Amino acid sequence: MSDTPTDAAVTPPPAVTPADTARVEKEAARRAEPGGLGRLLRSGGGQTLGLVLALALLALVGVVTGGERFASIDNVMTILRLAAVIGVVSIGMTFVITGGGIDLSVGALVALSSVWCTTLSTQAMANDYHWIFIVTTALLVGAGAGLINGLLVAYGGVVPFIATLAMMASARGLAEIISARKTQIVSVPGFTDAFSRDILGVSVLIWIFVIVAVIGWVVLNRTTFGRRTLAIGGNPEASRLAGINVRRHTVLLYVLVGLCCGIAAVMLVARTTTGSATHGQLYELEAIAAVVIGGTLLSGGRGTIVGTVFGVLIFATLTNVFVLNNLSISAQAFTKGLIIVAAVLLQQRFARRPGS
Amino acid sequence: MKLKSTARIVVAGLAVLALSACVSNTPEKSDNVGGTSNAKAGSNDEKGDTVVIGFSAPAADHGWMGAISDQAKAAADAYEDVDLRLAEGTNDVSLQISQVETFINDKVDAIVLLPFDGAAMTPVALKAMEAGIPVINVDREFNDANAARVTVLGDNYGMGVSAGAYVCEQADGNKNAVVAEIAGIDSLPLTQDRSQGFKDALAECGLDVDNRVAADFTVEGGEKAAANLLQAAPKIDFLWNHDDDQGVGVLAAIKNAGRDEFTMVGGAGSANAMREIQSGKSVLKATVIYPSTQAADGIKLARLLVQQKAMSDLVEVTVPRTIQLDAPVVTEENVDDFLPTAFES
Repeated sequence: MSDTPTDAAVTPPPAVTPADTARVEKEAARRAEPGGLGRLLRSGGGQTLGLVLALALLALVGVVTGGERFASIDNVMTILRLAAVIGVVSIGMTFVITGGGIDLSVGALVALSSVWCTTLSTQAMANDYHWIFIVTTALLVGAGAGLINGLLVAYGGVVPFIATLAMMASARGLAEIISARKTQIVSVPGFTDAFSRDILGVSVLIWIFVIVAVIGWVVLNRTTFGRRTLAIGGNPEASRLAGINVRRHTVLLYVLVGLCCGIAAVMLVARTTTGSATHGQLYELEAIAAVVIGGTLLSGGRGTIVGTVFGVLIFATLTNVFVLNNLSISAQAFTKGLIIVAAVLLQQRFARRPGS
Repeated sequence: MKLKSTARIVVAGLAVLALSACVSNTPEKSDNVGGTSNAKAGSNDEKGDTVVIGFSAPAADHGWMGAISDQAKAAADAYEDVDLRLAEGTNDVSLQISQVETFINDKVDAIVLLPFDGAAMTPVALKAMEAGIPVINVDREFNDANAARVTVLGDNYGMGVSAGAYVCEQADGNKNAVVAEIAGIDSLPLTQDRSQGFKDALAECGLDVDNRVAADFTVEGGEKAAANLLQAAPKIDFLWNHDDDQGVGVLAAIKNAGRDEFTMVGGAGSANAMREIQSGKSVLKATVIYPSTQAADGIKLARLLVQQKAMSDLVEVTVPRTIQLDAPVVTEENVDDFLPTAFES
């Protein structure tokens, strides 16, 4: 599978040195997304460029068909607010997919976290002490469910597709049990005030997305954690031989995506002022679609946060342009499919040219 | 490389298929726009200032919901002075919120909103009202009275009462009759209201619900729920199924099980169910109407509101705040009256 065989694969295990570990990580990083603007132009940058072009093209369609209705600040904010929630989930998904896994349970985890953090007892605690209680509950529930996913995959030997499929069913079921299938309305003024605020004219929800994306980019491209993620996604066996604790790292990746689901749940609760077992429907597919058109390899080993952000923005903009032009959601779903296929085909052309 | 790319395309393709699977059910067009639209000139239907109406509803994943959008469209098309912005079809509250935000940015004259979840859509509806755009709330209620100028509701509790009263009438004093119930989506308040009404009406004649299952308004869900119910209850006297869309599946399960010892009552009032009732050969003997013309009424009310007209059959000079529609029982005797306005599932 791997197009760049690493030396580490043939190195006998006893000879593992920190240098070897570093080499595998570096090797993985080399195959990864180009970092800064300079590198972006040198290798594989065509991919990001293609996404920028696609978004620009969509924006152009928006401006031509919608005029000022599309180009207004209010409308851009509407697009960004829509992109924010699914965007945070997609950032987490990027890490798991880059690490060679997949998480089908994200939508259900958003629902479960949203329900758990809005139960009457959680709200009572939040009203008595501080609204931060709602946030921490959601984050802990998301991360906790992610931990279970990770343990099942890394130590239980369950393939990610099945482990997270099981979590998808169970988490949604548990959310329904906790909420008794009712919509839970948030009546914690501090919480709703904090998240419905604008900072510098931009909604807090959008800021959260920006912060998560920036942290995600730094972690994936500038830290050992990120390099290891790329390494185990590209070649887990070589990574293991090179001394990376693949199992522990895999667990961390699922905890990370769970945490992102917790954050997304808080955002959705703030946006709707409700927690519900029906929240986050089909988020797994939307997130995977955004990650894939962004250019992250579904088989692992290559990941791009910038691409994912563009993927999310492209879909949110598409939705907006369709609503502005009074087109049906069916036509939108059809177009979405075409865009995914076109994006992947284009990426393959770009990806083949440099370096080969 | 090749393999990886192929896998990527396959999975991406699957994702798209699944994404689009929930929006495939388009019922036949209905020419019925109801109400006063066929009235003579000089009435409220006379052309006025153009009204831009934004409309948003959940995904048309069952016939009733499909009919909601189609009838709304038909009602808008019947007026030259209505410009309908249609953003139908999502079960993702975050997306539906953004649709309404787009309407607000667009400065439409009115918004007709059938929320996927009333409580979740309340904040954005309030925002629209604060921006001076009247919101017409259809079917699923907001949890804040200030979030809507007009609320158009079916009578869910009344539906349950109608179904229960019909069962009581048919049971004719038999206090040992076995009553079963197949509900819709249990998490929705509307389902809880229907079940409560059914229970209350049955209590009037000393009956109660012996077996209850819930489905999801889809044919598939109805089939599954009914198959399980029929296994659990070897003998049933009366069965109330909340929704005629899932009723197609329920009837299929009944047929598969070879059961015909009971009387079935439907809900919502699809054309399909009414034809079963008309035939006289089905276990389905009656259905309780839940009007699929609610959003169409919402469109008409939005137009009246913006043009500062009133409901001319009332003395009141402004449009009322709340309008609740009736839930009559359709049987073999009166089915011919209701069939023309029924929706195709």
